[in-house]
Amino acid sequence: MHNNIFQLIKKVNLQQFITISSPLLLLLLWEICSNTGILDSRFFPPPTLIIHTMFQLGESGELFSHVSISLTRILLGFLLGVIPAICIGLLMGMYKYFRHFFSPIVMIFMPIPTLAMLPIILILFGIGEFSKMVTIAISVFFPVVINTAAGVANIDRIYLDVAKNYQANAKDFFFRIALPGAMPVMLEGIQMGQAIALLTIVAAEMIGANSGIGYLIWMNYKAFLLPEMYVGLILISFFGYIFSIILRGLEAKLLPWK
Amino acid sequence: MAKIEIKQLSKRFNKGNKYIDALSGIDLKIEDGEFVCLLGPSGCGKTTLLRILASLETPTTGNITIHSAAAKKNPTQSMVFQENGVIPWLTVEENVAFGLKMRHLPEEITRKQTDYYIEKVGLSNFRKLYPKELSGGMKQRVSIARAFANDPDILLMDEPFAALDEQNKFILQEELLSIWQETRKTVIFITHSIDEALLLSDRILLMSAQPGRIMKDIKLDLPRPRSIEQVRSQSEITQRFLEIWEHLQEEVKQTRLI
Repeated sequence: MHNNIFQLIKKVNLQQFITISSPLLLLLLWEICSNTGILDSRFFPPPTLIIHTMFQLGESGELFSHVSISLTRILLGFLLGVIPAICIGLLMGMYKYFRHFFSPIVMIFMPIPTLAMLPIILILFGIGEFSKMVTIAISVFFPVVINTAAGVANIDRIYLDVAKNYQANAKDFFFRIALPGAMPVMLEGIQMGQAIALLTIVAAEMIGANSGIGYLIWMNYKAFLLPEMYVGLILISFFGYIFSIILRGLEAKLLPWK
Repeated sequence: MAKIEIKQLSKRFNKGNKYIDALSGIDLKIEDGEFVCLLGPSGCGKTTLLRILASLETPTTGNITIHSAAAKKNPTQSMVFQENGVIPWLTVEENVAFGLKMRHLPEEITRKQTDYYIEKVGLSNFRKLYPKELSGGMKQRVSIARAFANDPDILLMDEPFAALDEQNKFILQEELLSIWQETRKTVIFITHSIDEALLLSDRILLMSAQPGRIMKDIKLDLPRPRSIEQVRSQSEITQRFLEIWEHLQEEVKQTRLI
């Protein structure tokens, strides 16, 4: 027994070690190649320099303002897209007339990349903060609406029979069967939406903004301040990771039965 | 007065141009407190008949009358579904309380009924668990407790033990009988196992395959409680077994010839 636990700990540690080792190895390789001139350090500055630059930018407060503005856009835009997507998705899943009415509209707009609609968004909502949030909202809306509708439609028929046989009214049916039953697939859609939101905000900020992480990357590239540009890239990777951890935590909270 | 009266009931399923007669010319009276088994080969329409009684399907012709005491507020029927009828996102106690919650009974009554039947099926230590953590036998206990806790006039059971192993099946059959003997509710129980029908019922209705008809109405006035040993060893019961066996054999052969 003791032996088994010992082996288990050893195994977990080994797995963790291997998991951490690959990014560290990559950074180390990068550092060495950059310092020895195998990689051109003008284009690929060593990681230590990038981290140093990050602290410099952090001290001046410039970094913080770009990050907070991007996060605000993502958060509000995300909510602006997810909330109507869940409502419409649930209605589409539950009522076939809703489904028949909304699915052509969804199908028409879904294939258009949100960034291609940016000019229209700018015309409609101006160049202020709101148009950036709308851009994110639109890009998040589609995966969530489709997954929510599919989540409801895929609830096992037997639970609908149980609800009917035990005389659930419309409200109880919605909150006790449709919503929790659709939740797993819906959360997958939200995960997807989160990834797309990050993608969209950076691209949108590169095209039409004068602040944010995307702007930071693009402006520093244009000014050939590459260490500063890499700081932007690292931040995106970092926040993407944080978001997916938050959503996974939310999933564990919302789906204790899975 | 009979509890349930079925007159000239038939059910036809239309599929495009084709149709299937699932049930035809069912005439039936079931007394209050009777334990009736519907026994027949698979595809004979026994589940359809039960679903019509459960108001999950409508009959094509004929009608069903269920006589309940006028002043009573409890539901006329509740169904114990085949495996997987337990709702995965509700805990054991939420599942057992489901019918009572759907009827919005006072909290106190709901809790009392739920506690009583959780105790009765021996799941007190598991009340906070989700179905994924339960064995097949435990899930069916939850399903049975849910139906009894709802306190219906009639219990409809759709092969509740079909997916269980032999040992678990015997245990659950005995538990079911002990709860039934305490409450004396009218039970309609579907099975394709002759042993199970002989062990449980006061009356066995043999059904023919497509279209489903009641072929034979067998009254069993064997003493209770019965054990599976008696069912297997007593010559009187063995005689009944053979009689039913021959009938079903005949039926299965005929459907093969078509």
